[in-house]
Amino acid sequence: MPSVPAVIEADALTKYFGSFPAVDHICFAVEEGEVFGFLGPNGAGKTTTMRMCECVSPRSGGILKVLGRDPAHHARAIKREVGVVPQETNLDPEFTARENLVIYSRYFDIPRREGESRAEELIKFVELTERADTPIEQLSGGMKRRLILARALVNEPRLLILDEPTIGLDPQARHLIWDRLRSIRAEGRTIVLTTHYLDEAARLCDRLVIMDHGKILVEGEPESLVQKEITGEIVETEHTPAVEACLNSHGIPFEVAGEVVQVQTKDPAAVTGALLASCSIGRVITRRATLEDVFLKLTGRRLRE
Amino acid sequence: MNNVVLAAAVPVARGISHVWARNWRVYLKNPLLNFAIPFLEPILTLAAIGFGIGAYVGMVGDVSYSCFFAPAVIGTAVMHAAFFECSYASYVRMYYQKTFDAITATPVTLREVVLGEVLWGATKGVIYAACILVVLAIAGLADFPASLLVIPLALLSGVLFAAIAICFTAISPGIDALNYPMFLFITPMFLFCGTFFPLELLPAPVQAFAFAFLPLTHVMALMRMITMGAPTPYALVHLAWLIGATVLFIPLGNRLMERRLIV
Ligand SMILES: Nc1ncnc2c1ncn2[C@@H]1O[C@H](COP(=O)(O)OP(=O)(O)O)[C@@H](O)[C@H]1O
Ligand SMILES: [Mg+2]
Repeated sequence: MPSVPAVIEADALTKYFGSFPAVDHICFAVEEGEVFGFLGPNGAGKTTTMRMCECVSPRSGGILKVLGRDPAHHARAIKREVGVVPQETNLDPEFTARENLVIYSRYFDIPRREGESRAEELIKFVELTERADTPIEQLSGGMKRRLILARALVNEPRLLILDEPTIGLDPQARHLIWDRLRSIRAEGRTIVLTTHYLDEAARLCDRLVIMDHGKILVEGEPESLVQKEITGEIVETEHTPAVEACLNSHGIPFEVAGEVVQVQTKDPAAVTGALLASCSIGRVITRRATLEDVFLKLTGRRLRE
Repeated sequence: MNNVVLAAAVPVARGISHVWARNWRVYLKNPLLNFAIPFLEPILTLAAIGFGIGAYVGMVGDVSYSCFFAPAVIGTAVMHAAFFECSYASYVRMYYQKTFDAITATPVTLREVVLGEVLWGATKGVIYAACILVVLAIAGLADFPASLLVIPLALLSGVLFAAIAICFTAISPGIDALNYPMFLFITPMFLFCGTFFPLELLPAPVQAFAFAFLPLTHVMALMRMITMGAPTPYALVHLAWLIGATVLFIPLGNRLMERRLIV
């Protein structure tokens, strides 16, 4: 592994907006060929980090190397090999789906013929063949997102950076994008993505970090993060004063999550037994811990704007 | 040494040309309308002047009013076309369509986007100038072949007005704020900079102000020398003013855009 240089290397990477540290001394390394995720609540600093890696936002401090080069000095060369799916859809509304890809390929100095044939292939790849000549405003949200993915591939990038690629999409559209990302990965391209859909991260990412308030809280493989951060399983039941009192009387630590009470335990049978025996509850569920539990444990339940 | 400069200039030129080409393709989406307007506008204006106002005014110096006014049709059209394109239209591309964001995620830099926009704004000016020139030729209101010089002058003035417009676009908090330069800067120039009547009719201090600060003054002086085939040595002063202002406003536009968009 160490013989292959990392695709992105960040050391104490920092971004200030005025005096506010949106990204605060973060360190991470993305290896060639992996899918690397950034999870975090709104305002965690994910987009800011992506924009620095995309060479569109200058960093305030620290070290950053993308494809072995410093974005501060080699932005043009780096951008040739990077594909970007921005958080905000910015397709060109003056053109059709196909024209969007062809025009975009020109920005990479791809000859027109070559651009046209790549556009053709990519439109097929994201299943927009029937909509190829449709103006952008007539495409649905899911179609636009798929088209942006196609656009990000027009320069055959070594590194693909996606900022919330499936935001606001229905399950069908999300599955299609996931499927396409898997085949892009199978081609050996490196993928970096942000999301706050935890199932998306768990399915797609080889490794991920959870960010909050500009800092990285944990890093690892999704499975091992769950095992490391949460001991045992989760027992859930309804949240009533009686249940609270009952759990307290048994000395079982618990957490309140809105309508439900959660108990993290290595011995779910004992907790369930105690609840059923002496707490007069209607329903109790035992389940395995998920990435979502890790996420909420680390970033809290307070609502973010 | 030369090779190094060239190697650095090639990608910049390419980037600018891609941005320009994107706007050109949008323009060609509606060629009939987009080329009809630059022809119709001057025909209507000249008809109103020729049949109407011109009949009352008679001669300006030793030329007919129509002949006096004809170069103003070109000068003001170039100003309006280039300024509009790089103010309202660029603002829409920058703010509402996020076109600049999309392009700067590719190897094309923000500087190249700005220069491509300015060159495109100037191109709109040149398209207008060329169409109007055809109308003037048919109406016998311009001296040929000297009047062909209108085209390079339209390019230079177009670049200047577009560069000034880009500066306002970069600092405007919203699209409505662009009405300020439109009504406080462009419209007064349209009325007073030697367009409808000779600059010399204005009080001396106003003339001095117009000479010092208003680009259309210089554009109009040169336009008139060209279409009337009567150059004077002052042409060099006007040309120097326009080139100097252009050299000033292009980097300023770049700077202001970078300040706004690179965060
Ligand atoms: N251009 C900006 N100017 C000032 N503050 C910003 C700017 N962009 C982002 N921020 C702030 O930086 C923080 C991180 O934002 P962002 O990276 O967009 O978070 P995320 O993508 O994780 O939701 C937020 O508090 C946000 O308000
Ligand atoms: Mg974000």
